[in-house]
Amino acid sequence: MALDITIRIGGHAGQGMQYIGLILGKIFTRYGYYVFIHQDVESRIRGGHNFVQLRIKDEPVYCHSDKVDLLIALDKGSMDRDQPDLAPDDIMIFDVQEFTSDNPARLPVPMEKLALEAGKNKIMANSVATGAALALLGIDLQPVLDRLDEEFSAKGPEIVEKNRNCVIAGYRYIQNHFKGSFSKKIPPASYKKEKLLLTGSQAMALGAVCSGLKFYCGYPMSPSTPIMEFVASLAAEQGIIVEPAEDEIAAVNMVLGASFAGVRAMTATSGGGFCLMAEGLGLAGMTETPAVIVVAQRAGPSTGLPTRTEQADLEFVIHASHGEFPRAVLAPGHAEQAFYTMSRAFNLADRFQSPVIVLGDQHLNDSYFTVDKLDLGRITIDRGNIVPGEDLASPLEYKRYAWDESGISPRILPGQGKAVVYADSDEHDEAGHITESKMVRKAMVVKRMRKFEGLRAEMVPPEVRPEPNADLLLVGWGSTYGALMEAADILSHSGLKTAVWHFCDLFPFPNAALSTQLSKKTQVISVENNATGQFSRLFSGQGGIPIDHQVFKFDGRPFSPRDVVTRVHRAL
Amino acid sequence: MVTLDDYYSDDPVAWCPGCGNHSILEALKQALVDSGKDPHEIVIVSGIGQASKAPHYLRCNAFNGLHGRTLPVATGIKLANHGLTVLAEGGDGDGYTEGGNHFIHAMRRNVDITYLVHNNQVYGLTKGQTSPTSDLGYVSKTTPMGSFSPPLNPLLLAISMNCTFVARGFSGEPEHLAGLILEGIQHRGFSFIDILQNCVSFNKVNTFQWYKSRVYDIKDDPSYDPRDMGQAFQRAQEWGEKIPIGVIYRTDRPALDEKQPVIRDMALVKQKIDQASFEGIFESFR
Repeated sequence: MALDITIRIGGHAGQGMQYIGLILGKIFTRYGYYVFIHQDVESRIRGGHNFVQLRIKDEPVYCHSDKVDLLIALDKGSMDRDQPDLAPDDIMIFDVQEFTSDNPARLPVPMEKLALEAGKNKIMANSVATGAALALLGIDLQPVLDRLDEEFSAKGPEIVEKNRNCVIAGYRYIQNHFKGSFSKKIPPASYKKEKLLLTGSQAMALGAVCSGLKFYCGYPMSPSTPIMEFVASLAAEQGIIVEPAEDEIAAVNMVLGASFAGVRAMTATSGGGFCLMAEGLGLAGMTETPAVIVVAQRAGPSTGLPTRTEQADLEFVIHASHGEFPRAVLAPGHAEQAFYTMSRAFNLADRFQSPVIVLGDQHLNDSYFTVDKLDLGRITIDRGNIVPGEDLASPLEYKRYAWDESGISPRILPGQGKAVVYADSDEHDEAGHITESKMVRKAMVVKRMRKFEGLRAEMVPPEVRPEPNADLLLVGWGSTYGALMEAADILSHSGLKTAVWHFCDLFPFPNAALSTQLSKKTQVISVENNATGQFSRLFSGQGGIPIDHQVFKFDGRPFSPRDVVTRVHRAL
Repeated sequence: MVTLDDYYSDDPVAWCPGCGNHSILEALKQALVDSGKDPHEIVIVSGIGQASKAPHYLRCNAFNGLHGRTLPVATGIKLANHGLTVLAEGGDGDGYTEGGNHFIHAMRRNVDITYLVHNNQVYGLTKGQTSPTSDLGYVSKTTPMGSFSPPLNPLLLAISMNCTFVARGFSGEPEHLAGLILEGIQHRGFSFIDILQNCVSFNKVNTFQWYKSRVYDIKDDPSYDPRDMGQAFQRAQEWGEKIPIGVIYRTDRPALDEKQPVIRDMALVKQKIDQASFEGIFESFR
């Protein structure tokens, strides 16, 4: 049977569950396996109940599984809340003296005591837990210890040594007391640095940087903040200006200023911050200034669930800001796609001199994915119709909004040559000066909306999981990618032939003559992490295909494949 | 040699006859000519309001953006291409209410831009409502019982932010104003110039004559030292019978674009994208 192991690490904020998850994730990625790590955290810095869940497979994995094989309960809260998710023969490691169990699958490990002995600090219980998990999975210890040296080398040799001792202590404790308790083992493999392990946010930031991002301005807001932090960490080395904004209004306007001056610029936020950016979005549309805006959705409205996931801002980002102007909305489904999507977003923004929104969510942005390779050869930088101002024959005649059938006017960067550039948020004539002429107004609206049609032609049709003569077609977008694909596998194995259309490019809705690809008997089911079916409306309205059933989830948690299957059965 | 003709724009002016904006525009053009810069080396960012139309009425690069959002746009431009001379321009509503937060943080950043606020103590483009600098008790359609809140003192605010160049001009003293704007452009850091201006259509209290009979050049007082923050705080509160114009406060501190190491050697927009530099970028994820 194919390898598929899920480890959950539960505890309270501040216990370092993310550290364990990430270290284990790195180790398995280096052993050549594929890992998906998702985080279920409360909006607090200390206390509460959080967990990190790590799924290891021998083929690419894009979502979590509900089936937990190994639980590392770092506190009583985790035992109370996570144990009910275990089957009797699933393994739990715990460190609570008052709990006893006859079940041989419940393994008491004195993690804090071992940490005090080996590391002189009970906070290093997370390193003990890491060692214990590795022993249970039958992993060779030495490469792991190498990894630890790297992780902690910045903290000095003493910390490295203490953590190393704690990992060894946890490993030996399992070997001495519970050897062979866990039947699932990770097969031996060679250990090498090849594949990547990264979050959706990191993939977006990397994609932006590799696309020539030069200017980032933003205000921290979960779950978008890691994008800003990661870009900032590369700023000095890659020559990027990162300016912390006073608010999201400043962020988007500063991005437009930098973009007007000629550099690739972006911001990232979540729904609440994007509310503040709405007017700036329209300014990008009206002044025809390229901008890339990442909206990492969280459960709303208002403050909502700051650290949890939802797909409920789709219609908002499609319609945000008053008036009519072109924009594109792209929603990658996993980290690898997120990387390349950023490159497309910058190229579309430059080519169509328009805002492009990349729609993520907490599940995509915070989850870690193992990626085989991110290929710089697939990144092209197309700045669009920028004319070198120095070469202009008659610079005094330059018109920023000169009429063109495509709607795209030649762009000159201010200060490059003798021409001057007027950008205007008022309705303007070709030169960029304020006008109220009926004729000019009409022409300018037509010009801008021509670009919308140009953008539509660039939209990529959905990724299809083919299933000839399918009984069911699941349609969805963004971070549900993995859950949809696996749910289709499960449903198909159970006799319901299930196809999937996963949309990354959402707006303008791709013109792909979708209905011709459907058989009459196929029932169409939309799957969305929201309560009202925002994508269904877009899909039916613009794709022209009726939805037969809708599947929703709006509890702030992501879909697992099982969640999809259960709800599909319920809907049929 | 740059002349006023280089800055000429044939865009028809939409301001009321007698408006203070006309002479502010002339002063601005004169300052730009005196700076020796060509129009393509200048960018003026404006917001929305009567004052914000100004960039259309002279010839140079311009970004006429949103109400209140001049300073973030100007900051983005300056950081992306610090070779450009960047000015921001708007009215009292644009700068002191809608854009108040950006005003504070632009001063904190000390980004090298020159910010001109046409301050006529009333909202002009929306036809005469109370503004953040309207007098206490000012009666308008939005405050028919008189404004209950005292006016914002932009100079005090700027000095308290340790803004590196704080000045006040008057549209009725265009030569003096042109000198201030030129000083502001030449100052390395954020230069803020509040410009008193009459509104012929809506402000019947603070008229041209009202200002004219009150303003005096702070340089007339030889004991005044604009580098003395204590004196500046005192003088910034002088309002009524006598109103000081000139440089009220100045200090030196590195501008944001000087501090930003990424652009120490070359403007951001001139830096070439080298895809080879991305090769090592994935290493920490392996």
